[in-house]
Amino acid sequence: MATVLGGITTSHIPAVGNAIQKELYDDPYWKPFFDGYPKVHAWIKEHKPDYCINIYNDHGLGFFLDRMPTFAIGAAHEYRNEDEGWGLPSLDPFPGAPELSWHIIESMVADHFDITSCQELAVDHGFVVPMQLFWPGAPHNPDMPKTVPISANTVQHPIPTLARALEFGRALGKALRSFPEDAKIVILGTGGLSHQLDGQRAGFINKEFDQYCLENIVSNPEELTKVTRMELVEKAGAQGTEFLMWMMMRGALGDDVTEITRNYHIPISNTAAGTLLLECAA
Amino acid sequence: MDQPGYDYHIDIPGTTIFDGKQAMKGYALNKMCYDFNRAENREGFKADEEGWMEKYGLNEGQKQAIRDRDILKMIEEGGNIYYLAKLAGIFKLSVQDVGGLQTGRTTEEFQDYLKSQA
Ligand SMILES: [Fe+2]
Repeated sequence: MATVLGGITTSHIPAVGNAIQKELYDDPYWKPFFDGYPKVHAWIKEHKPDYCINIYNDHGLGFFLDRMPTFAIGAAHEYRNEDEGWGLPSLDPFPGAPELSWHIIESMVADHFDITSCQELAVDHGFVVPMQLFWPGAPHNPDMPKTVPISANTVQHPIPTLARALEFGRALGKALRSFPEDAKIVILGTGGLSHQLDGQRAGFINKEFDQYCLENIVSNPEELTKVTRMELVEKAGAQGTEFLMWMMMRGALGDDVTEITRNYHIPISNTAAGTLLLECAA
Repeated sequence: MDQPGYDYHIDIPGTTIFDGKQAMKGYALNKMCYDFNRAENREGFKADEEGWMEKYGLNEGQKQAIRDRDILKMIEEGGNIYYLAKLAGIFKLSVQDVGGLQTGRTTEEFQDYLKSQA
């Protein structure tokens, strides 16, 4: 059976892709952000996961308002990164793992999660920026694992509750641990932390709330399910609702985790950037 | 579309909850912006803004908001920031430019505001 090694979260700001392309690692603006990743790289080198579940939220590339799945799971041989409207160069396709995708879908629907399966899914910065951050040169890093993208709706309300996100993660973890292959799996939760792009409140960041989330997601994620969705918008900002991806990741790890590294920095673009690496108890 | 009798939301000053009501109101505007994912549609818009907005069936309020480059108005008209970001790209506006425009700050002032929250 497969093993879940741990989970890694990161913000997935589009500007990061540009900073990577220009190698701004030591630039004074970017250094405090990129300094959060060497420990992640070392951990990945040591454990070499075979599969990566990339939990992200689409921002208007893979899905539009004509059909908006609350939870979508990729079930394709590969995932294409495409133009998001800014004409930036796209990365080469990321290799999929359709056998694992369908195993997850079977297991989760049996556990009463109604999934939208996607045999074609273009992936945006929410998916690719974390891949670039964790596996430099992605998708051409020699250690690049095969991937299953999972996208949750944070574009249009009603969005899932934090409780549902955590439950989703638990069912996902159960699915992964029953995959009949001696494989190592890492789970990514991307997006956040607090930020707001729209309205008169654009630029809103909430350090205190982010710290509360970072503290609790490690050892007491249940506490965070008390936060209502409207409270999440109020305290994390309209786009800070991406924290739902972190909750989904966290649910899949099980109760017992060890924090390996954490980074938090304000601001990158309009966002409070957070990174966290949690290892599952063996 | 109106949903009388029940309020799903709380009031958060300076924040529009993009829900079913807004999503229906802004559908044409958001669809036009979503289609800007393709370069040929960006070129089509740039070549003939009025004709392009007409083709997607934008209403007068949405058209005027675009003519005025008025982001807050676009949101009021049902625009969602993730789709509007593609339009902002055509206007060569960065995320911080857009932040400044919505909050009455210069881009530099907006960046300073972001930093002040560290
Ligand atoms: Fe995002």
